Amino acid sequence: MAVVVWITEGTWRACVDAARRHTPSDTPVVLLHVSGADVPGAAHGAFAGLLGRGHPRGHRPAEGWGSDPGTRVEELADAAARQLLDAAADRLGRPCSRVERTGRIEREVVAAADGADLLVLARDGDRSGLGPRSLAPATRFAVDHAPCPVLLVWPEPAPGTATLPPPPEPGRPQPPHPPHADPHPPHADPPHPPHPGPG
Amino acid sequence: MNTSLAEALSAGLLLLVLVCAVVRPFGWPEAVVAVPAAGVAIGTGAISLAHAREEAAQLGPVIGFLAAVLVLAQMCDDEGLFQACGAWMARSAAGRPRRLLVQVFVLASVITAVLSLDATVVLLTPVVFATAARLGARPKPHVYACTHLSNTASLLLPVSNLTNLLAFAASGLGFTRFAALMALPWLVAIGVEYAVFRRFFAGDLDAGADAPPDAAAPRMPLFALVTVGCTLAGFVLASAVGLDPAWAAFAGALVLAVRALARRRTTPVAVLRSASVPFLAFVLALGIVVRAVVDNGLADALGRLVPGGSGLGALLGVAVLAAVLANVINNLPAVLVLLPLTAPSGAGAVLAVLLGVNIGPNLTYAGSLATLLWRRIVREHRAEVGLGEFTRLGLLTVPASLVLSVVALWGSLQIVGG
Repeated sequence: MAVVVWITEGTWRACVDAARRHTPSDTPVVLLHVSGADVPGAAHGAFAGLLGRGHPRGHRPAEGWGSDPGTRVEELADAAARQLLDAAADRLGRPCSRVERTGRIEREVVAAADGADLLVLARDGDRSGLGPRSLAPATRFAVDHAPCPVLLVWPEPAPGTATLPPPPEPGRPQPPHPPHADPHPPHADPPHPPHPGPG
Repeated sequence: MNTSLAEALSAGLLLLVLVCAVVRPFGWPEAVVAVPAAGVAIGTGAISLAHAREEAAQLGPVIGFLAAVLVLAQMCDDEGLFQACGAWMARSAAGRPRRLLVQVFVLASVITAVLSLDATVVLLTPVVFATAARLGARPKPHVYACTHLSNTASLLLPVSNLTNLLAFAASGLGFTRFAALMALPWLVAIGVEYAVFRRFFAGDLDAGADAPPDAAAPRMPLFALVTVGCTLAGFVLASAVGLDPAWAAFAGALVLAVRALARRRTTPVAVLRSASVPFLAFVLALGIVVRAVVDNGLADALGRLVPGGSGLGALLGVAVLAAVLANVINNLPAVLVLLPLTAPSGAGAVLAVLLGVNIGPNLTYAGSLATLLWRRIVREHRAEVGLGEFTRLGLLTVPASLVLSVVALWGSLQIVGG
């Protein structure tokens, strides 16, 4: 049995605590952090838009004029991910393994959860009330597509049931469930190569 | 050479220069292809030597101005200005991603306006990422804000963007008048971006930031700050007495460079490198090639598309045309093509071009469709980038900020006068 705990900025503590509370202490735990390729990508793109500023790189560090700031952001993202995973491992206080992935966040999470016995993740949308909006699009995607059981936690005490929307009036049909926002609708999604599975 | 052959040749050269600038074959600087291309245009007579010389004489002061601003920004970085900004943000935004977003908006807008968009893209963006990571906040809204503001916030001053320097030289406006006319469009465009960002990234901002706060007080590099302040005052003063404001930029860069050299914090080679000589050569060569294309027939073809006059409708038309062109080719060639066509209509039309080429690039991820397409083909980076979200954000911000800032420009023209 293996538990994958998805570590994200802002909400990871609740996931680590839930993993500790709800799984036996000898369960192998995988701490997973996924960096979106789009953040360094935006920096790469902004630099590419500065027509004419490219220098030959040589062996100079990725800082200063003529260097793509996206490269520096990639390095910083790696360091930040490692720090976050270290902090999570400290809080867990048990032997665990750490996995860093980069790419489309929601797809990487689903791929990493393949073959796991439990995926622990946190609500990270609008958490002022109960309901589908409390899941941000990437988390919604992971919940909808996870190939394993899921433990979905509130990062803070859940809002009361008073935040439920009013029930439908008798005799009127139930309003349709609000459609969730797919972070990558089909038309914007170029063909994606199949992800290599484990092993 | 007859005109149609010359037009075909110069258009081909422009295409070659742009493709090589996007692809950067063998990692060459863009000037490696652009300078010989300009030589071919002159050598074959596609552009007369007199016209090439005239273009060079026009671009020369602009390029000098640009070099001074680039050195100024790099020297500010060497003095630790950007690190200090990061430390200040981390300290006062602890635990509050929305507060951090406000600070990023303010800082990126000011730095873009004063030290040019290059400084925001190259120097500030990594600092902002590091700051978000330090706070334990999600970096995406803040990094995206930097990339968007490097374009949108580059409307205010002639030094904010190379496109502005080119338009400034062509418009005949003084430094102060330019800033006075662009202040309102600048504020409107940034305001629209902020409103959209707050909604678009509500989830990421709600996630919170939980790293323990920084205790150390940041050390502000006072000397660099004072020098930049004096340089800004120098722009206004020089403009008032009829002196080229480039001298103020030159003086500011000189003060910081001499200090850094005297303290052995930098070397003459490093100072020269921060002036980006290959980039300056690229701008000059691109200007000559574009001039050849414009002279040989593009002026007539596009002249019919460019609305004349300075009414609100005409300004909107010019701005939209400029935004489209900036997205298809890039803002630099777009502004070189459109300036000679709009300058006769007056300063209002020239500034409308700037609104288009400076706000427009946020529509496509990399600032131009050509760059975007090539990057997808070349795929030089470690992961494929999801373009959907960035493009949706562009679709939400660009049309609104473009239209509203044109209205603001029109209002400024009524108040300040073109």
